[in-house]
Amino acid sequence: MKKYIDTGKKDTRSGFGAGLLEAGRRDSRVVALTADLKGSLKMDEFAAEFPERFIQCGIAEANMIGAASGLAIAGKIPFAGSFAEFVTGRVYDQIRQEVAYGKTNVKIASSHAGITLGEDGATHQTMEDIALMRALPGMVIVNPCDYNQTKAATIAAAEYDGPVYLRFGRPGVPNFTPADQEFKIGPAIIFNEGKDITIFATGHLVWEALGAAEILEAEGISAEVVDIATIKPLDEEAVLASIMKTGAAVVAEEHNMAGGLGEAISGVLAAKCPKPLEFVNGGDRFGESGTPAALMEAYGLNAAGIVVAVKKALARK
Amino acid sequence: MENIEKLSTIATQVRRDIVRMVNLAGSGHPGGSLSSADVLTALYFNVMENDPATWRRDAEGQDAFILSAGHISPVYYSVLARRGYFPVSELATFRRFGARLQGHPEVKKGLPGVFQASGSLGQGLSVAAGLALGKKLSGDSHKVYCLCGDGESEEGQIWEAGMFAVHHSLGNLIAMTDWNGQQIDGPVASVAGEGDLKAKWLAWGWRVLEADGHDMETILKTFAEAKASDGRPTMILWKTDMGHGIGFMAGTHKWHGKVPSADQVAEALAELGETPLGDF
Repeated sequence: MKKYIDTGKKDTRSGFGAGLLEAGRRDSRVVALTADLKGSLKMDEFAAEFPERFIQCGIAEANMIGAASGLAIAGKIPFAGSFAEFVTGRVYDQIRQEVAYGKTNVKIASSHAGITLGEDGATHQTMEDIALMRALPGMVIVNPCDYNQTKAATIAAAEYDGPVYLRFGRPGVPNFTPADQEFKIGPAIIFNEGKDITIFATGHLVWEALGAAEILEAEGISAEVVDIATIKPLDEEAVLASIMKTGAAVVAEEHNMAGGLGEAISGVLAAKCPKPLEFVNGGDRFGESGTPAALMEAYGLNAAGIVVAVKKALARK
Repeated sequence: MENIEKLSTIATQVRRDIVRMVNLAGSGHPGGSLSSADVLTALYFNVMENDPATWRRDAEGQDAFILSAGHISPVYYSVLARRGYFPVSELATFRRFGARLQGHPEVKKGLPGVFQASGSLGQGLSVAAGLALGKKLSGDSHKVYCLCGDGESEEGQIWEAGMFAVHHSLGNLIAMTDWNGQQIDGPVASVAGEGDLKAKWLAWGWRVLEADGHDMETILKTFAEAKASDGRPTMILWKTDMGHGIGFMAGTHKWHGKVPSADQVAEALAELGETPLGDF
């Protein structure tokens, strides 16, 4: 199978910070807002280079979303950033009315997503944010897989005209996609072609999916690995093309079952091409404190967990 | 810019529109619409730099107005139509299926004059603050106006926006509260405890003006004072009566969201009297 090299672990939020800085240099309309999490969101360099375009909102997320929509109406391209829970669950109604229904060009910068936020525990670990954002008509959801892709996706989000939910995380994860790549919102990305099973993965579980594919290859199973970096709108054509080739699939995501990528793909397959489908996700539960590695292990959000799910799917073929 | 006599005539016609729109639609919110009719008429016909012919959603080169209390859409739509943003005849479509005049204001159907959706309360002041900050960043000296309800000010986000506007020195933001003292469930004081609104906004660091929101001369004077910014955002607390202008509706929360019958419409229109502008 195709080999991918981890060039060293990097946090995807730093990819966002680098992308924001680059987007800010390319377009003076780009502004950044945060609710007392400038450092956590890696906005320091942007704020230093463009002090007037960095807008500190204090711990008041609801106002931050409304203000971002006002800035968008005024022709700016605002990135409003906080932890994933606080820029989704806490402000769902604000995003619904001012961003999605209000059709404003606001980018929700969502950091520390999922359980790999780690030690802070479940109050800060949202596994429901994709569900909330998927429910909003017209919302674009981008969940990149590593530092380089996050940087590119941030630049693409700035160039896209419309609401975007951009999701990334806290811990260092393998950085294996090309530096200075171009990111296109929408298309699924095939990382490895295979014929026996498809692994649809999103976020840093793409790397785990590639690890699973290597383990499976050693057992004579050919796995196709597809990066669903854009969760909404879902690249249905690519999903269907892959599943029609392989005949079974696993969906891996750092999110709960309800409303996540797994359900999105289930909906497409149920309507157009029912095939055996298994899931690697958080199920239906809250997170808890622990190191990111310990939590991924405990929740089975890793290559070993994906291998188990693949075997279950293959047994149903 | 219209004179006081003309403004009063327009405000009367706007009140006629409100009563007829809500009756035709069979639903809607007349009470707060009537209490804001004089202020919004003055704003659009005298105070605000706005031009329906060149209106654009980014408000470049114009003042902007954000209605935070979206449920008083009848007064908003009537004032926009009478100002020339869209045909007055379109007021008859209020709340109908397919209409641009949705129950609460929105932007997807492209009604000219509307900058942002509102209805879920407490959010508009944040939008106005963001828009005001955007104008500052772009070097556009135009102002942003915003109208909130006093009941609406129970929402915490209003106070988040209040903090934000002062912190970012939004001297180009003129917010207003329709201080009619009523909300759906009763007088504000009995529902949630109104407190001292003026003291609260002063404590937040705003410049606060307090004035009669029905006397046209006072309204114009107060707006003139508000426009002379000292760098702080300005809050105008308009002392108003819910249902003002129609005897049987005035001063009670009961007409917040109630539909007048045909007989009541006739009574209201007789009290208001006809204007040369004509009904829609």
